[in-house]
Amino acid sequence: MNKLNFLTPNKNNINFYLYTGIVLFSLSIIIVLSNSFFNLDLIFFLPETISFFLPIVIGFIGLNFVRIEHSRIKALDLVNKNINTNKFNALLSLLIIFLVIKSLPPLLSWFIIDANFSGDSKDACSGSGACWAYIKTWFNRFMYGMYPNEEQWRINLSFISLGFLGVIGFFATEKFKKYLTLYYVVVYPVIAFFFIFFFISGGPIFFDFSYGIIAAVISIILGFFIPSKFKMYYFIIVPITFYILLKYIFFYEELIELGKLETLEWVETGAWGGLSLTFIVSFFCLIFCFPIGLFLSLGRRSDLPIIKYISIGFIEFWRGVPLITVLFMSSVMFPMFLPQDMFIDKLVRVIIAISLFEAAYVAEVIRGGLQALPRGQYDAAKSLGMGYWKMHILVILPQALKLVIPGIANTFLALVKDTPLIFVVGLLEIVGMLNLAKTNPEWLGFAMEGYVFASVVFFIICYAMSKYSYNLEQKYKTER
Amino acid sequence: MSIKKLLPQLLTLLVIILIFGFFSYNAQVNMENRGLEFGFDFLAYEASFDIQFSLIDYDGSHSYFRAYLVGLLNTILVSVIGIIFATIIGIVVGVARLSKNYLIERTAAIYVEFFRNIPLLLQIFFWYFAALRALPLPENAEPILGVFFLTIKGLFVPAFVWNNLDVFIYSIIAAIISIVFVRLYARKKQENLGIQTPVLKISIGLFIILPLLTFVLGGVDASVEIPAIKQLSQTSFTYEGGIKLPPELIALALALSLYTATFIAENVRAGVQGVSKGQKEAAASIGLTPNQILKLVVMPQALRIIIPPTTNQYLNLTKNSSLAAAIAYPDLVLIFAGTALMQTGSAIEIVSITMLTYLTLSISISILMNWYNKKIAIIEK
Repeated sequence: MNKLNFLTPNKNNINFYLYTGIVLFSLSIIIVLSNSFFNLDLIFFLPETISFFLPIVIGFIGLNFVRIEHSRIKALDLVNKNINTNKFNALLSLLIIFLVIKSLPPLLSWFIIDANFSGDSKDACSGSGACWAYIKTWFNRFMYGMYPNEEQWRINLSFISLGFLGVIGFFATEKFKKYLTLYYVVVYPVIAFFFIFFFISGGPIFFDFSYGIIAAVISIILGFFIPSKFKMYYFIIVPITFYILLKYIFFYEELIELGKLETLEWVETGAWGGLSLTFIVSFFCLIFCFPIGLFLSLGRRSDLPIIKYISIGFIEFWRGVPLITVLFMSSVMFPMFLPQDMFIDKLVRVIIAISLFEAAYVAEVIRGGLQALPRGQYDAAKSLGMGYWKMHILVILPQALKLVIPGIANTFLALVKDTPLIFVVGLLEIVGMLNLAKTNPEWLGFAMEGYVFASVVFFIICYAMSKYSYNLEQKYKTER
Repeated sequence: MSIKKLLPQLLTLLVIILIFGFFSYNAQVNMENRGLEFGFDFLAYEASFDIQFSLIDYDGSHSYFRAYLVGLLNTILVSVIGIIFATIIGIVVGVARLSKNYLIERTAAIYVEFFRNIPLLLQIFFWYFAALRALPLPENAEPILGVFFLTIKGLFVPAFVWNNLDVFIYSIIAAIISIVFVRLYARKKQENLGIQTPVLKISIGLFIILPLLTFVLGGVDASVEIPAIKQLSQTSFTYEGGIKLPPELIALALALSLYTATFIAENVRAGVQGVSKGQKEAAASIGLTPNQILKLVVMPQALRIIIPPTTNQYLNLTKNSSLAAAIAYPDLVLIFAGTALMQTGSAIEIVSITMLTYLTLSISISILMNWYNKKIAIIEK
């Protein structure tokens, strides 16, 4: 070891070590850089094996020289602390730097330099790089699926207005702030539903769905005027009654026919697709799975044995099976369970299946929050004379939900990432459309571009969601 | 019990019974109309379809039940491969996330953020349709380490040809049992006398020496069969000998392990960070070496945080392996809920069997986990 002692820097001649180190380190970087960017081999005169390891060795020695602790040079200390704490770290840092330099040129050339951006057929893509013309030509399909081109303004308009209505809550003045929950939980979903029901579809799909939604909305609104003592019975009986009333007595179907916008062409759900379908499916599943999961988690913690065990069984069942089998079930097994003349649209079946599936996960997440609350909160609420629902709505849930924001966000992210699975029932959202485009004889051989494009799209959506949930978490954090 | 508690329960029960009754009544009517009969007899019928990749003997003349077994084994195979690699990558990346080296920490963070924000299905498609399609044809493949051939038709690996394989397997079992005894003995010794035994070294030694002994004494004999290129026709080549891993399996295992590893990495990070600093400082102050601190203080506590969510991830991986159907890897869902269902038409039976299989798997693992959690939970005073 003594022989190697001259390699260990000391403070006495700091300048010597510093300059030699920097020179050696930059030399190694320059060798790799020129090799990979300009295809210029500066050390061509050396045999292959040596020239492969030379930059690493030189750089390693260089980093070793500059590893001077407490040198009082700010930049140097920063470097040492962050990438150069010991020999092993120095080697790893060096390898990462070289890897980045080595992989940049091929990536750059594939993505930008050698890529083709213009043109509208396969012949335009002659370069060795990516063929973005492919994405450009198919962009419409990736976004809207088989939705007719001249009708696509309906999707755009719906999404823009829904986006606008969604953002509006952030600008609410103090006066309206207290209605925000009501707006987001009841009013907004209903508006969204009507947009998609009347506007994007323009036809008689979602029938049963709409009975259910309208029944639920009426009963929730009426529910505010029911004394809390009876609320439990109320919420079990009334929505079902309303549903049956609407369906079989009020001839709601005809009402819908009346209200239908005559000028709009009916686009059946089989034609929907692309990214817009991803949004529609995730949006609805998101809206439905949350309340179902909430009730399931309350049911699981309830002290009424039948409700408790039904909830446990329900949750464990959905959590135990893969989503793909659930979708299989909804597409091949579920029609067997319905009367012959009854037909539920494919998209509706999928939305119900995914909602129930994710609801089980949401339920477990919320249960975690409920369990984390100290018993004192329950006792305090009860001692104030609050009933079950009042206690949960005013005291327990606001605190519990705050605790589980990250968990719920993760479940929602999983939901968005699960939507491509609907290819099982033949609905083609963006990934499904990619696979369809890939097999088009005019455009064979561009699978890579398509997947890269879809990855970027999903990455942006999911990353934004996770960052937003992180912000929410920080915002609602309360010290205990 | 008061009426206030009884009534909602009865109502819920009634609603559920009504729904189930409605469903089963309709199912009966529908099946009668289509001339189908409910029953599991079809499991014994001849399956008459071929499966590309199978771990056990199978061809079209075998029964549907045999096909089910093939699918189940394939699912288990890809899950086990995925779990092993996901664990390795997950631990490495998780430790890298904790590194004080900025570059390493960032690289690991970018990996985690990138791979977990992209749908698994998309990743599977990417590996299968884009990345693995860029591999060379069999005749152009360069051997890796001289014996592996990675081609567009799959990965060809050398196979072992064994004599007296059973003796070898018995020796491994014997090694595992003796390792368990050594560990028990070492723990007892530490608890009673405070002396540490180098368990790891002894275990590794046992695990290597016992099986090796069988080569000398037990008449075990292994030779390696290296895949060799073979011409099928003018332009079509393949490899003969060795084991062929189909590209579907590789793509699936790759995507599953890279995706699940991100979650395991986060678990590892959270686990190690979850051990309070005071614990490490206390351990250092009573004079333990850094290695001892890691082994005796940090790891036991970190594992308690890491293991439950990681098992959950293993379960998720197993369930996610059903995405195999998308790239035609013959797993349980594709063979049974796909091909067999199309042929027999017994939708209710087949989908229920498939779901029950997964359900049994997950519930048995979660029961095990609950037992384990109870066992290792810190009993607070």
